[in-house]
Order: sequence, then C-alpha cells, then structure tokens
Amino acid sequence: MSNITLTIDNVQVVVPKGATVLEAARRAHVRIPTLCFLKDLNEIGACRMCVVDAGGRTLQPACVLEAGEGMVVRTNTPQVREARKVILELILSNHDKKCLSCIRSQNCELQKLSLELGVESGDEFEGLRNEYQVDDLSPSIVRDNNKCILCRRCVSACYKTQAVGVIGPVKRGFNTTIASPWDLPLNSMACIACGQCIAACPVGALHEKEEAPLVWDLLADPSKHVVVQTAPAVRAALGEEFGLPMGTNVVGKLAAALRRLGFDRVFDTDFGADLTIMEESNELIERIKGGGVLPMITSCSPGWVNYCETYFPDFIPNLSSCKSPHEMTGAMIKSYYAQKKGLKPEDIAVVSVMPCTAKKFEADREELAAVNGLPDVDAVVTTRELARMIKQAGIDFLKLPDESFDELLGESTGAATIFGATGGVMEAALRTAYETITGQTLDKLDFEAVRGVQGVKEATVQIGDLSLHVAVANGTANAKELLEEVRRGEKEYHFIEVMGCPGGCVTGGGQPIVTAWDRLGVDPRVERAKALYMADKQTALRKSHDNPEVRRAYEDFLGDIGGHKAHELLHTHYTAKPKYKQ
Amino acid sequence: MTELGEKYAQLNQIIARHRDEPGGLMPVMQEAQALFGALPMEVQEVIADGMGKTLSEVYGVATFYAQFALAPKGKYVISVCMGTACYVKGAQAVLDKLSEYLEIPVGETTEDGEFTLDATRCIGACGLAPVMTVNDDVYGRITPDQVAGILDKYRA
Repeated sequence: MSNITLTIDNVQVVVPKGATVLEAARRAHVRIPTLCFLKDLNEIGACRMCVVDAGGRTLQPACVLEAGEGMVVRTNTPQVREARKVILELILSNHDKKCLSCIRSQNCELQKLSLELGVESGDEFEGLRNEYQVDDLSPSIVRDNNKCILCRRCVSACYKTQAVGVIGPVKRGFNTTIASPWDLPLNSMACIACGQCIAACPVGALHEKEEAPLVWDLLADPSKHVVVQTAPAVRAALGEEFGLPMGTNVVGKLAAALRRLGFDRVFDTDFGADLTIMEESNELIERIKGGGVLPMITSCSPGWVNYCETYFPDFIPNLSSCKSPHEMTGAMIKSYYAQKKGLKPEDIAVVSVMPCTAKKFEADREELAAVNGLPDVDAVVTTRELARMIKQAGIDFLKLPDESFDELLGESTGAATIFGATGGVMEAALRTAYETITGQTLDKLDFEAVRGVQGVKEATVQIGDLSLHVAVANGTANAKELLEEVRRGEKEYHFIEVMGCPGGCVTGGGQPIVTAWDRLGVDPRVERAKALYMADKQTALRKSHDNPEVRRAYEDFLGDIGGHKAHELLHTHYTAKPKYKQ
Repeated sequence: MTELGEKYAQLNQIIARHRDEPGGLMPVMQEAQALFGALPMEVQEVIADGMGKTLSEVYGVATFYAQFALAPKGKYVISVCMGTACYVKGAQAVLDKLSEYLEIPVGETTEDGEFTLDATRCIGACGLAPVMTVNDDVYGRITPDQVAGILDKYRA
C-alpha cells in the first residue's frame, strides 16, 4: 500500500493511503475533538466537531476527510477554534446540562470537550429545548433523550454490530430524536438488551438500569444472607475505573472490595463456568453420539439467547440447554450452599456482578428459578455499577490487599477465566471434551484458532476418530451471517460458540466505557482478553474437570453429570419470541 | 379474500416489484400509502420484513418526509396556509381556533374520522391571505370567527 505525506500544524506525517486526516493527526500527536465519530462504526461527519482548515473553501470534518499528498492541515487557527466552540455551544443549547448528577460525569465526551474548548456558560444560545420522557421500562437499558446529542453512535452499534436496529433517527430538523418506532419503550421492542448502545454513547443518554440501590438495601437487611458472585470479564476491566491501565487483572482486589462492601460470601462465577463446561461438553458428546440436534450452540450469553429466540427461533433446538454460568452458580448457592450452611433458600439473596446489561434481563426470566420458585439470581450490577458502589463506600481500591474467593463455590480453572473472551467457552469445552472422549491427557491446551477478535472463527479439531468442526462468532451481526450460512446448508459444524457482544464479555455492555479517542489507539477487546489469557496461562488448573470444588459438588450433591439433579438445577429451556410485540 | 387481505396481497406484489432495486423503499412506501391511505404499524412491519429492513428504518423514513401519514387522514383535510403572506395576515390565529374548535392538535384527525387539521407551506394564493382549504375548496381572507361556520357546512 502506498503512503501519503501531509503536514498537520507544521508537522510532517506519513500515513497509508486512505487514512483520514483525523488518523493522521493522531499520528502527529494532535488531538482533534470528535463527538459523533467512533472508529469503524460511525464515521459520518455529522456533528462537525472535528472541523479543520485543510486549505479548502470551507472548514472540513477531519473524521471523513481523506488525507491527500502534500495536504496542509491547520487544526488550531482562530477560525477553527471559533467554529468548534459555536458547534459545541449549539449542541449544549439543547442538552440537559445536569452534570452533577449525571452517570457519565467525568467520563462524558461532551463535558470533556466543553472544558477543553473553553465553553463559557453553556447557555450562549438560549431558546427552545426539547424535553423527553425518560424510558426506563427495560430491565437492562435506560434511554434519556434529554441528554442525547443525536450523534447516532448507538444507532450504528444497534444496526451494524448487532443487526438488531430497534432504535433509529425519527422525524427531522429540530424535532429529530433517536427513538423506537411510535416512540415505544425499549422493553416493547425486540431489543436484545446487550447494551452495546451504552458502550457507544458519548454522553449520559444511555445507561444501565441501576440495581445498586437494591443491592445496598439487601446489604443493610439483617434478615438477608447476601452472596455475591463475579464474572470472569469483570476482573479484566474493573481496574480501569480506578485509573489502572487497560488489561490489568484485579481479581484479588475485586474479592477484597466485595468483602468490604459487606457481602456475606464472595463467590466466583468462574466456578459456574467450570460447571457449565462439565454439563455442556457432556451435552455435546451426547448429541453427537445420540444423533441429537447439531450444531449445538452455546447459551452463556443472554444477549445472544435473546437474539436467537427473536430473530432465529428455528435454531432454538440447537441452543445448549445449559443455563449461563451465573444462573448455575445462583441455583447452586440456593441449593448446595444453603444445605451446607443450613440456611433457608428464602433467606439468601444472590447478587451477580456482570460485564453485561442483558444479564439483568436474564435474571428476571421466570424459568430461571430452580429452588422453590425463587429466582436463581436476585440482582445484577454491572462492572460500572460496582465501581460506583466501591467509590460510594469510600473504599480505597488501589490500596486493597489481594484476597481470594470463599470456599465451596470459589475455586476455578483457567478454562473458566477465558469464558470472558470470544472463543473462550469453545476452548474450555474443547479441553474437557477431548479428555472425556479420548481418555487421554491433552498436551497442548491452547486452541489458538478460536482466539482473537475476528467476527467469525472456524477450526477443525481431531478428537480420537472424530473430526470436530467448530465455529465461533462474536457480535450478533456476525452470528447472523454464520447462522444464515448454516441454514442454507453451506456450512456444517458440530459446535458453535456465540457471544452477543463483539469481543465477548470483556467488551460487554456493562463494562467500563472507553472513549472514542482512546479507541483510536487501543482495542479494548484485545487488551482485556490478554489479562484473561495470561491468568489462564499462569494457573496450575486449566481444565474445568480438574476443578476440585466442581468435582466435590458432583460427588456430594449433584450426582451424575447431566443427571436428574443437574438437569433440575442447571438446565433451562427457550421460547420463540415475536419480533413485533405490539 | 377480505378487502384488507386483498390489500396486503397487493402490498406484497408492490414489495416484490421494488425489492431488488436501489432505493426501492421510497416507491414501496408511496404506493403502500396510496393503497392503504396511510402507513399504520402493521403495514410498515410488512414493508420492513419484505424489504429486508428494520421497522426503525422504515419508521424513520415515514417520519422524515411530510408526504407520509402514520394514521389515515379524515374525510375532510383542512389545510391552513402558513406561508409568509398568510402568516402575517393572521393564519396562526385561524389555525389555533381550528385546533380549539376541533379539539385536536395540528397534524391529527378527529376521533370520528371527519376532519384532519394540517398546516401547510405557501399554496400560492397570497392575494387571498390568510387562506385555508378543505379538500379542494378554497377559503380566502378568513378570520377566526368564521371557522365554525365553514366547518359546519361539512358536518353530516
């Protein structure tokens, strides 16, 4: 590929042909403000924040302006500064500027630009302001259009990344909003609750439905025995909320913080992940041997399960009947742990810390109530919510010692840890399936072919006489493409892993938000996954069936893998859902 | 087949005709509106599925262009000209009076399906300002107190 040389603010930069001026400026260490821009996802030049003087008749938006040979770009002239400020003030004139109580305060791209660009009062252009009702009826996602700046990043995430498209621009001109058809609330749309719209939002117009208040109440209730569990991906990202570099594994401090928040027991969803692998690999082997429905598709990701039930109901028989790891752990807490501790299941509350907003929806599912009709999980908070709780409690996170999870449901293997990254469930299942089928020890545990952030990955794994064809998809748009190929008979697999979010849980809708500017230089999917794969590499136990606490749970309580009790507690069923609910 | 069933069969033919052409959504929506008189939710759902679009996309187009109506128009469509000449001659007061008399906001239709109230751009009859039309009848130099009398002529 040929290169282009251009000058940005008197600095010569060389970029590959096709690069934008914005990208070139980054290489010249010049920060150009952006709002609607989100790398690879929303490059539409709509908000005009990034205007530069490229020698043309008018200022041009750097995010969609291709770098040209010999181009001379100036990003810091009085005209450019004034134009950006006016654009920003116009946006602010129709923005609900309640920054003090805004969930995105200090992590808001609009707030940051207002400071950087020297906005004076924020009320330069007084006039009409649109007022909207906040939509908080979904169990997962809250939409507050009073904060919306119409950048369309959420719309792109919903359409392009997830192939869902339940929100879009409605009406025109000053009346334009981002909304669902007929202004219906999200919970009456076929929204899969993945929260990728939240991850894309530069401001506070989208956030998770908070359950932290409920968790505070539970913790203050002396009649409740409150047990917490935390998903693999949380440890790979929580540190970012406290200023640690992306990809720092904070598992020890995480356990310590949960204990200091007052939870009675601190368990690890990784235990549930190992349990999932025991049940799921067994289910796979049974389906292959017994002529069951193939390909079997994983069911750990609730965003994906929602997508399948709504958009691919013909694949419901393919979904593994296994509950997701935190639901399994929840059911085990209210049965196995309750029995061991002599507690009544009714007195136990299970709180899950998840990288995910769809887990909130999942926890509300009526069919996920294994013990006495009690929900397996009582409350779900996101990684971001946990960070806020830790801050509210005044816990100095960075000074915490490294602690371990509590015994009984706290032990886990490397196979469980990598559940948080795309391909991780597949790899964990392959490790166990291989040894179960062949009876031999697997020498090379790393299945490189299923790792990485490509949308769809394929591999063929030789297990004894069996050539096992597998595929891994992340992001439901990629899953859609893959399943359409399977449906047309163009591809045949035994086993497919789908994670609803691109990159898997590490970049789930409940994870710390990475600004558009940071995303230019670093890929959170890659950095956070590294933390998990490193943890896997460094641990002695790397296969789910080697987890001593899981073995003990089967011996003392569950009985056979895939047996009656396991089915009662650890498996579920799915229902086709209409695309249009009204 | 019922009348409505027949209309949906026709809609599917319209979709089949335009499905593969670039920008086929607009003609489908125009023809669907001509067929049904408006683009209610069920019609937009059929269009979305048939054209391989999401309902959001179809609804976004339907609300972007003034030519599309989400609900059927009334038997009599009242249009008050809000062009410059009519506006300075008091069209707003006429519009407000109509809205008050019919008990509907601008852009909506009365519950009995008789009247739809619209504000339009200049219709080119500036000499008669302010102007309103009821279907094809034109009324010029109107004042708010004439509104009730005009509408009563159309009541059954």
